[in-house]
Amino acid sequence: MSKTVLMQGNEAAVEGAIAAGMRFFAGYPITPSTEIAETCALRLPQEGGKFIQMEDEISSIAAVLGASAAGMKAMTATSGPGFSLMQENLGYGAMAEIPCVIVDVQRSGPSTGLPTSPSQGDYMQARWGTHGDHPVIALSPASVLETYTLMIRAFNLAEKYRTPVIFLMDEIVGHMREGVELPDPGKLIINQRKMSFHDGANKQCYFVPEGEYVPAMKPFGQGERYNITGLAHDESGFPVNSSEIAGRLVKRLLDKVEKNTDHICRVEEIEMDDAETAIVCFGGTTRAARDAVNAARAVGKKVGMFRPVTVWPFPEKQLRARLPQLKRILVVEHNHGQMLLEVQRCVGGALPVGFLGRIDGTVISPRDILARLGEMEGMHHAE
Amino acid sequence: MPSDLVHLYMRIDHLPQIWCPGCGNGVIMRDVAVAIDELIHDEENSINREDIVIVSGIGCSSRAAGYLDFNSIHTTHGRAIAFASGIKMANPKLHVIVLTGDGDCSAIGGNHLIHAARRNLGLTVVCFNNDIYGMTGGQYSPTTPHGDRATTAPYGNVDRPFDIANLASGAGASFSARGDVYHARETIDIIKQAILHKGFSLVDVYSICPTYYGRKNKKGDAVEMLKWQKENLVPTARYYSMSEGERANKKLIGILSFNDYPEYTEEYARIIALCRKAKKK
Repeated sequence: MSKTVLMQGNEAAVEGAIAAGMRFFAGYPITPSTEIAETCALRLPQEGGKFIQMEDEISSIAAVLGASAAGMKAMTATSGPGFSLMQENLGYGAMAEIPCVIVDVQRSGPSTGLPTSPSQGDYMQARWGTHGDHPVIALSPASVLETYTLMIRAFNLAEKYRTPVIFLMDEIVGHMREGVELPDPGKLIINQRKMSFHDGANKQCYFVPEGEYVPAMKPFGQGERYNITGLAHDESGFPVNSSEIAGRLVKRLLDKVEKNTDHICRVEEIEMDDAETAIVCFGGTTRAARDAVNAARAVGKKVGMFRPVTVWPFPEKQLRARLPQLKRILVVEHNHGQMLLEVQRCVGGALPVGFLGRIDGTVISPRDILARLGEMEGMHHAE
Repeated sequence: MPSDLVHLYMRIDHLPQIWCPGCGNGVIMRDVAVAIDELIHDEENSINREDIVIVSGIGCSSRAAGYLDFNSIHTTHGRAIAFASGIKMANPKLHVIVLTGDGDCSAIGGNHLIHAARRNLGLTVVCFNNDIYGMTGGQYSPTTPHGDRATTAPYGNVDRPFDIANLASGAGASFSARGDVYHARETIDIIKQAILHKGFSLVDVYSICPTYYGRKNKKGDAVEMLKWQKENLVPTARYYSMSEGERANKKLIGILSFNDYPEYTEEYARIIALCRKAKKK
């Protein structure tokens, strides 16, 4: 039975996670993500789950990885400064293939920056924050309801691909309150990690059958002894110094995301069927972009909105499919031009790509977007 | 019999271990294996082998996790206690044993050590304390004595050292003890008590590093360093029979602090039960 409730984005993140089966949360307070920790402290024991406030963000993600290895769906939440501290263990999760969800409710940076102000300045950090080549899946919600439903998908992807999934929120969506009609819990699709049992101790716990990319996971501490390490390891889970095995491992880790982008990448498109101009945005800039599309359409301009919901890997195939019909693209984000670089890479100079950003902690309005569009059209006509 | 122990509890395929000749770490790893073996066969306090999880960080000590044939996880530098906290929370019936070193647990991981001690989360931490960073080649650690030499203290160490067992006691550890390589039997018994202890337990085991610490500080070879342990580290009964004058410059091998504070996961289970009861009403 569905019900309508007034909910904040940060609360919706927790309720979505609980609906997805998350039963362990470790975190450290940081604005503007703190309500996630507070809501977990309140709600998890009611569901038989567990909350722990750790001494910092480094230990928070470490505890999350430990709990997930031991069989629980686990999550942590933070903001920019804490997300920076989590990067080393995020890479450990990718290397040891331990599923989890890391929420980053972005705020204005760099450094302590403007702690209560919105930003999307962690877009590139989400991709490249940890050292070494590694797979990344990052999702970014644009509304309270989507925070709930997309969080379920975040856990499903983490479980399916055995990798940390970054849930890239921002202050706008995290602190937004909306009336939302939550989906019927009975109708949710909840994935569980593929498990392997009963093949004895010290067997090939990272064995991947031909043509597949993700090893089944053995429950840790439930009767089958094996080893987990962040060192380059072979299929038995033990460290190796072989460049051949190490190279093959990292390639498989990258492939499990890159070869599955058709499943992982999702976009939202509005008024794109006949659009000649596309506004590319994500997360907290979406509402302003949508308003701008409506305003432009009202005066007969063929403007649409293209929004990556999966922000990493960048939904390159979907964007490329739109290029033949487009005359220009405007990228709108609350940073100095981060997703812009991905859009430019995909466009490859075929179209003019404009940019509208803010780095002062204030939000971009529909009027700002329309003004920038007007400028771009002017430039285009002048050519 | 020692050979049985190797076959029972070591991953033979992954031996020999990487430690230098004369290193004390192999003895400490054996102490841990013997302690576990004796507990598995203890009729009163029997523990299940499959319930043992070995968690390690980074450094010489932390390679032990890969050699011991239990559930094992070799984590990031300094963070073993934090990973272990999540494992214990997820499955409180597990005996979660952290194998760490002086740098791993009191420098980069010092914050996690004191907070796990404060929470009284039921982990057992065994610190292989060799007074030096061995893996990276002999830099001073938080336990290198003042004035001693290291590759990063060529003129003598300016820092003052931690006493890790006292540090844990000060942070509220409900079980804090000291062991060493020379007094193997005493150290095994201490590790057994630490594993059986419900709350947080720490055993700071003095290792020897003849290759870096010993060589830099002219402490002699491994045998000389063990002789030093024999003469200066004193098991409990003898320690308390000594006069204060005799105790000067000697250190106790035994339990420093012990109490029965409530254990964290048991306290949390109470909260879950309360919430569930309230929900039913």
